[in-house]
Amino acid sequence: MTRIRTMLALAAVLGFGTSVSAQTLNTVKQRGALVCGVTQGLPGFSSPDDRGNWTGLDVDFCRAIAAAIFNDPTKVKFSPLSTKDRFTALQSGEIDVLSRNSTWTLARDTSLGLNFAAVNYYDGQGFMVRKSLKINSALELNGASVCTQTGTTTELNVADYFRANKMKYEVLALATADETIKAYDAGRCDVFTSDISQLYAERLKLTNTNDHVILPEVISKEPLGPVVRHGDDQWFDLIKWVHFAMLNAEELGVSSKTIDEALKSDKPDIRRLVGTEGNYGEQLGLTKDWVVRIVKAVGNYGEVFERNVGSASKLNVARGLNNLWTKGGIQYAPPIR
Amino acid sequence: MAESQPARVTFYNDPRLRGIFYQMLLLVVVLWLGYEFVINARDNLRAARIATGLAFLDYTAGFSINQTLIPYSEADTYGRVFLVGLLNTLLVAVIGIVLTTILGFIIGISRLSSNWLLQRIAGAYVELIRNLPLLFQILFWYLAVLGALPGPRQSISIFGEVFINNRGLFVPRPIFASGAELVLATFMVGIVLSLAIRAWARRRQEATGQQFPVFWTAVGLVVGLPLVASAATGFPISFEAPVLRGFNFAGGVRVIPEFVALLVALVTYTAAFIAEIVRAGLLAVPRGQTEAAYSLGLRPGLALRLVIIPQALRVIIPPLTSQYLNLTKNSSLAVAIGYPDLFAVFAGTVLNQTGQAIEIIAITMAVYLAISLATSLLMNWYNSRMALVER
Repeated sequence: MTRIRTMLALAAVLGFGTSVSAQTLNTVKQRGALVCGVTQGLPGFSSPDDRGNWTGLDVDFCRAIAAAIFNDPTKVKFSPLSTKDRFTALQSGEIDVLSRNSTWTLARDTSLGLNFAAVNYYDGQGFMVRKSLKINSALELNGASVCTQTGTTTELNVADYFRANKMKYEVLALATADETIKAYDAGRCDVFTSDISQLYAERLKLTNTNDHVILPEVISKEPLGPVVRHGDDQWFDLIKWVHFAMLNAEELGVSSKTIDEALKSDKPDIRRLVGTEGNYGEQLGLTKDWVVRIVKAVGNYGEVFERNVGSASKLNVARGLNNLWTKGGIQYAPPIR
Repeated sequence: MAESQPARVTFYNDPRLRGIFYQMLLLVVVLWLGYEFVINARDNLRAARIATGLAFLDYTAGFSINQTLIPYSEADTYGRVFLVGLLNTLLVAVIGIVLTTILGFIIGISRLSSNWLLQRIAGAYVELIRNLPLLFQILFWYLAVLGALPGPRQSISIFGEVFINNRGLFVPRPIFASGAELVLATFMVGIVLSLAIRAWARRRQEATGQQFPVFWTAVGLVVGLPLVASAATGFPISFEAPVLRGFNFAGGVRVIPEFVALLVALVTYTAAFIAEIVRAGLLAVPRGQTEAAYSLGLRPGLALRLVIIPQALRVIIPPLTSQYLNLTKNSSLAVAIGYPDLFAVFAGTVLNQTGQAIEIIAITMAVYLAISLATSLLMNWYNSRMALVER
């Protein structure tokens, strides 16, 4: 009988216990930490530094969420995921949010049961080759071997590009970014293809960084951003607005250096942003000073960008499309009001 | 039954009825559990609006695969990807099983050799290989051995026909002109005739004791007949050598380094275990059998082949089956080096593109299970043929 009772208990747990978690925010608060899915090491976006601290644009986004919820940017557990496993990890509830330079596509937004909350980096796919090949255009790549990561939009785009241009190629699809760049470095492939930001980042891992050149062609649109599960609109809104808050802060000139002055500001836009007017944070399930927490912890979008991938970093990527809409880019946030 | 019982028991104390009752109860619980699993998964997937069903098998895959045994392009479906992956898995499993059996037997027999050096080398091989993790060995062959090969422009060339570089092994591809059918037909005829002669020679030896040189006759038939046929038709089979064109070699047949690395690692690793199984099997045959064979005048090689191994096989086959199954299942480690096997392309890439984890993992499990059960069935059949017939 004991066995049967155990089985009944087990059945109850399995049968009724695993309902879709509609209350991610409560779960995160109860747990006392945010679980954030990141890469297994991509400089500039998410990689551990020499002391084991995670750094990068996507990591700072996770820290911003933690700061908004807990007023403590360290309350994040980072879960390194391969491209192949990332969406399954999110679907199964293993992580709360996926902040792992993932491209927003229709299929992923619908049939995977996921929602892309925002675009925190506008990217495009490119090719890297050895300088010694003396190639100036991707159209000269007929017959080449191409290394790429499996389970990415990259793998699909490269197939489209070569097919559209009637060029032959061989693709070697590997499971992790490290394996892929190693295979390229070892000479197994002529071409390494990925999002251009990643080409810059991965190039740093090569034996002779200067022997490699990134071709001018950009063959795809790669809007990268944080992803959440279907079925929890509150959490979806929260993630979306953490990004928008960072953009709005930059637009209004509120940075980690000027935040104290902003708190004393009498401009209505800034007062709503920092919570001295209105209860916008509370409408998201947070506190009134949510933006102050975020900006104090990681800074505004521009600060995060420059520190991790921009001029203050090794990658030295230009703002380009990722500049604010007021400065010639396409980063645009709805207003807080 | 009931009449023989000395005392009547109430129905709820009847051990037989009780047994049936609990069995039924357990069955109901198990069925209910299974039903709950399915319904729960379906409801949760629906609530999260995750796509379900097998319709995705007809969708366009859109990605490329670098080793396909059947024609495949990016415009083909996920269903086709499944077939490509399955065939790649079967290719490495079948070739792997054949090679590992040969290598395993050679090493197992060498371990019992009276040649000191041979015996020690075989012993060192077994101890070294079976004590290192397989994944490590796959990466060793792929990165350290094959990765050290030169690029396509500095390929190692063998007579200008075969090329080895870090993109793979390139060998000439046979081109069949008209008349080639006749050559292939005579080749088949040669094989059939050889088998017939072997059966005839065995019967004759059993009846009269006279021996017949079966091996050399077979070589003559299988090689000689097609040679004569191709000479008669003006040598219709020619070979197209691979040529360096741009980045890579074009033409010829290409064996990708991922396949070679995986195959070599699986074969050498499994052979170490098979060697131990073979050694155990040989030692299980009583010494008297060897002595009896020798005293009948059989040379050591013949004694091994005709007397010892047939008896040892009874001990060898059951654990050997497990090793075959291990090899097949271990082939899924291909994912580490990018060999496009079933696990890598179907349970990897396709799962990622479609997000239908439950369906894809279930299909993949079913396939590995089917391959393993088929292997088991075949080996059990072979085992029952080899079993000692008691008279």
